Amino acid sequence: MTLRGHRVPMVFSLLVWLVIWEVLGRAGWISLIPPFSEVLASFGEVVSSSSFEEAARITLQAFGIGMALSFAIGIGLGILMGTSRAFGSLMGMWVNIFESSPLTAVVPALMALLGFGLPTMVVTVVLFSVWVIALDTQVGVERVNPSLVEMGRSFGAGRRRLFSSIVLRAALPELLAGIRLGLLRGLKGVVIGQLLIAVVGVGYLFELYSRNFLMPEFWSLLIVLFAFAFLASEVVGYFERKVSFYASSR
Amino acid sequence: MSVTQTALRPTRVLARPWVLRVLSILVVLCLWEWAGRVPVSIAFPTFTDTLAAFVDMLADGTFASAYAETLGPLLVGVGLTAVGGVLAGVVMGLSPRAQWFGLPVFIVLQAAPSAAIIPLITFVYGIGFAAKVFAVVLLSAPVIVLNSYRGVANAPRSLIEMGDSFQANTRQRVWKIVIPAASGLIFAGLRLGLAQGFTGAILAELIITPTGVGDLITYYRSLADYPRMFAAILSIIIFASVSITLLQRLELRLFRPEMRPS
Amino acid sequence: MTEPATHSPDAAVGTPTVDAAVRVVDLVKDFGSDVHAIGGLSFDVPRGELTSIIGPSGCGKTTTLKVIAGLAEPTSGRVEVEGRPVTGPGPDRAMVFQDFALLPWATVLRNAAFGLELKGVPRRERESVAREYVAKVGLAGHEDVYPHQLSGGMRQRVGLARALAVDADILLMDEPFASVDEQIRRKFQEDLLNLLSDEDKTVIFVTHSIEEAVYVSDQIVLLTRGPSTVSTVVRPGLDHSAGSDSVRRSTAYLDWVERIWQELESYLEN
Repeated sequence: MTLRGHRVPMVFSLLVWLVIWEVLGRAGWISLIPPFSEVLASFGEVVSSSSFEEAARITLQAFGIGMALSFAIGIGLGILMGTSRAFGSLMGMWVNIFESSPLTAVVPALMALLGFGLPTMVVTVVLFSVWVIALDTQVGVERVNPSLVEMGRSFGAGRRRLFSSIVLRAALPELLAGIRLGLLRGLKGVVIGQLLIAVVGVGYLFELYSRNFLMPEFWSLLIVLFAFAFLASEVVGYFERKVSFYASSR
Repeated sequence: MSVTQTALRPTRVLARPWVLRVLSILVVLCLWEWAGRVPVSIAFPTFTDTLAAFVDMLADGTFASAYAETLGPLLVGVGLTAVGGVLAGVVMGLSPRAQWFGLPVFIVLQAAPSAAIIPLITFVYGIGFAAKVFAVVLLSAPVIVLNSYRGVANAPRSLIEMGDSFQANTRQRVWKIVIPAASGLIFAGLRLGLAQGFTGAILAELIITPTGVGDLITYYRSLADYPRMFAAILSIIIFASVSITLLQRLELRLFRPEMRPS
Repeated sequence: MTEPATHSPDAAVGTPTVDAAVRVVDLVKDFGSDVHAIGGLSFDVPRGELTSIIGPSGCGKTTTLKVIAGLAEPTSGRVEVEGRPVTGPGPDRAMVFQDFALLPWATVLRNAAFGLELKGVPRRERESVAREYVAKVGLAGHEDVYPHQLSGGMRQRVGLARALAVDADILLMDEPFASVDEQIRRKFQEDLLNLLSDEDKTVIFVTHSIEEAVYVSDQIVLLTRGPSTVSTVVRPGLDHSAGSDSVRRSTAYLDWVERIWQELESYLEN
């Protein structure tokens, strides 16, 4: 969009939306949505409260452990699926099924099996994120130009070398894309897990705020989460862009 | 890039021989049975127990009434987003102004854990049908909108130029060239939206108000009737997978001729 | 053997000696502030003849064609079709695209009829006209086939049928045979000449291939490297009545190819 001949980047439209939010909030149409300025005002309080610190700690812990597991399992699985056709088609069925299933339904079972704490949250994160990581890794590995591999072989590279120097590098764009999507899904997983468990983490906080109708606080917390998701996505996106220059010429 | 890949990844699997697949299912079931017998946990039923519960629930109409309740908001919600979402995405693809205003919002909604908003829904829509529809819409809209947008935005320039060279007016350009070219991604978006819709429906039933399949899960958990609980979970996983796979087959059949442009 | 027509920009603009269907006058085209694709082109396209535009890569041949088609705007200068300046695409011109630009979801028949469809011609009528041209380009029987089922050469023939079906006086062809197999390409050139002999069209033909230009053209416009200007305009004047093989072996043909080749070489080295 251009304003007086200068192109305004799309990000600024979010600012416009914030203004709209402020106006609507002040008009008081929906008591649910306080003016943005109030949300901003409560921000400091929320973030510095001890319950937030506790919630953040638990969330980050579960998210971190879960994502680490997802990366290990997902990338490993993806590589296997990409290099072996038989394995790829075998696992492919399962991975595809789980990637699009409402795995949210499994969380209550996890709660019954693993309790209401960290293990359930970690498994939820893994369940939400591992499939897309595996699938994208598989695609990346499959896409590797066979002549690149042949070239490596012709120069005497051993299996391990071939892999680390050529295959992984060539598959990097898809791998990073998978990781980015995995991060976002993992975050959704940890939030959903906590919403269902309800007595821990941000799920508990959301419960608390909404029960006591502390709307500015609720939205503050939501924005923190959204911002975290955005940040994680952008960080990986940055690396994605750095390798994308060779993505099309492989 | 990955949305597209995920969306258009024709399940190469579907072309594979059935043997491997059936074998893998059998292996999984055996593992399940064994794990249940060990038992891994008192809350982990064997496959056979789960199967028995599944058949019971099928026979005594439990599933029928539960799905009747769950499918309502799901279909209405996905129906709404299908129409509204595709429209929004197409408009955003065609109008730079709409794109400027709308795209960042939907990108944020798609990336963020929007499920966190679900507890709030009750304040506006109560705990009834509307609340559940809203949950479905909230989760399925972004992916449908974004895919429709991408379909339109990525319509092949050369086809549009060809249309221009034959003096196509705007209406013709949109309806005869852009939208048909975008239809593959639009349809893929609908499929992904349905998958998200299932999640929304279940979440609503687990968080907002116990009805349908979600209620089955929580109810049987409260009774510690794990075979029935697992059967309910299994049923929704199967149901969702089957419907999405059917959509995917349809997608391939409708859009396969145009895997390669021009 | 015909002598090359000496060409000076003034001759074309000031005193038109040729019945020109299309007239390019001092055409300049820049992309942004850095890319100067065309640096001042002037030439005439005689009515009823096939004029080729050739030149080194990046000399703006396709851009020139697009400006004539009305799909791109000149930075300065103008293009006149039938004496009127070009402001956009029009029913007097039809284009054949290098990448075929066929609708993948439509049959051969619908693709061939697409130009007419956009004009609002009723279905029955446009389908019968399209059928006629599909047959003329040698694709009779393939009407209900989809583009992905066709070879590159066949797809281009559909593109040609589509352009012919709208009955525009001027046909613009953008490297139409570039994506076609080498073996088929020669046949296409011959088929094109046969086809055009029945139609009364002015054709502007952009190509990379000197042999192709010499074979099919009545007039060849040679462009310099970008920012391009007209280097020369020549008229091969080959006699096609003797059959394609003998034309391709004739000294006239070979001499022209050689001459143009040397001309191009001379400024490729500069």
